[in-house]
Amino acid sequence: MQAGPGGGVVGSATRMRCLYLFNRQGVCLHYHVWLRPVSVLSRQEDQKLIFGLLFSLKLFTAKMDPVGGGKGQLGAAQLQGQGCSFHSFRTDTYKLSFMETPTGLKLVLITDPKMGDLREAMKHIYSSIYVEYVVKNPLYTPDMPFKCELFNQNLDNYVKTLS
Amino acid sequence: MPPNSRPGDAVFANVERVNAELFTLTYGAIVRQLLTDFEEVDEVNKQLDTMGYNIGIRLIDDFLAKANITRCSDFRETAETIVKVGFKMFLGVTGTVTNWNAEGTECSLILDDNPLVDFVELPETCQGLYYCNMLCGVIRGALEMVSMRTEVKFVKDVLRGDEAFEIRLKLLEQVPEEYPYKDDD
Repeated sequence: MQAGPGGGVVGSATRMRCLYLFNRQGVCLHYHVWLRPVSVLSRQEDQKLIFGLLFSLKLFTAKMDPVGGGKGQLGAAQLQGQGCSFHSFRTDTYKLSFMETPTGLKLVLITDPKMGDLREAMKHIYSSIYVEYVVKNPLYTPDMPFKCELFNQNLDNYVKTLS
Repeated sequence: MPPNSRPGDAVFANVERVNAELFTLTYGAIVRQLLTDFEEVDEVNKQLDTMGYNIGIRLIDDFLAKANITRCSDFRETAETIVKVGFKMFLGVTGTVTNWNAEGTECSLILDDNPLVDFVELPETCQGLYYCNMLCGVIRGALEMVSMRTEVKFVKDVLRGDEAFEIRLKLLEQVPEEYPYKDDD
């Protein structure tokens, strides 16, 4: 795992905290930090926990669905895209937004708790930044952690427009 | 899929185009080079499929980013989406889906018009060649990334004297999402 420290810190005024990109095998393809003064776990443990949390939370929310809930046991494997999908949770100190694509890519964006709905923003990060600058780069090996200057720059520029 | 009759058109209007001759000749140059490198047509068919697979696993993300479609409810809808939206987006043409088996897991994708073969005639020495075999790999790679294992192959080829291009698409399994770590690691 060699996702280096994220690109530029945009300054302490930013409401962004960090962004994770996971593939379906749970590999953290990219970890981008804007502001995270406190970090207790090792980077690898931290990433694994976040991935595990989201994986379980997704199964759990689908299981809880009072209308379309599945019949299988809690934790039983789901087909991609099956069940409902959750997109964020909020604590008093941060907000976590989540998006998953049909290819199993998971985007996790942690921000200031006052941040509004980030679903469109995450779609933009996927469609116009990740796909454009990472997936289409012919020298990028699919499913491997990446370091990509263009991705970092464009991401930084884009998040500056969010507030 | 949106309910209008030609869902690929809207996306097609918004994607960047390249010159058709450049596209066709580039593909031709790849096939030509493979024929030089591998000599055996069977091996070339295999290489084209592998190259297509490597394109497909990337192209699917581009497709999802631009096509703005929702999840397909079943494999029939998936096949329709491939020929109506996917082919339109990347090849500029559409096809039709026919010959479903009873279980709905196997069908034929028919292409009447295929820009890859615009200037092509198969010479004597290349009789077993599936010139467009890369398309099969692309479809297989793209579907694998959305958790469908498939088998994709050409069964009819205009270059071999058939009336249309027919790709046989067979769904082998839908792979459920598993937790990738073991409990103790």
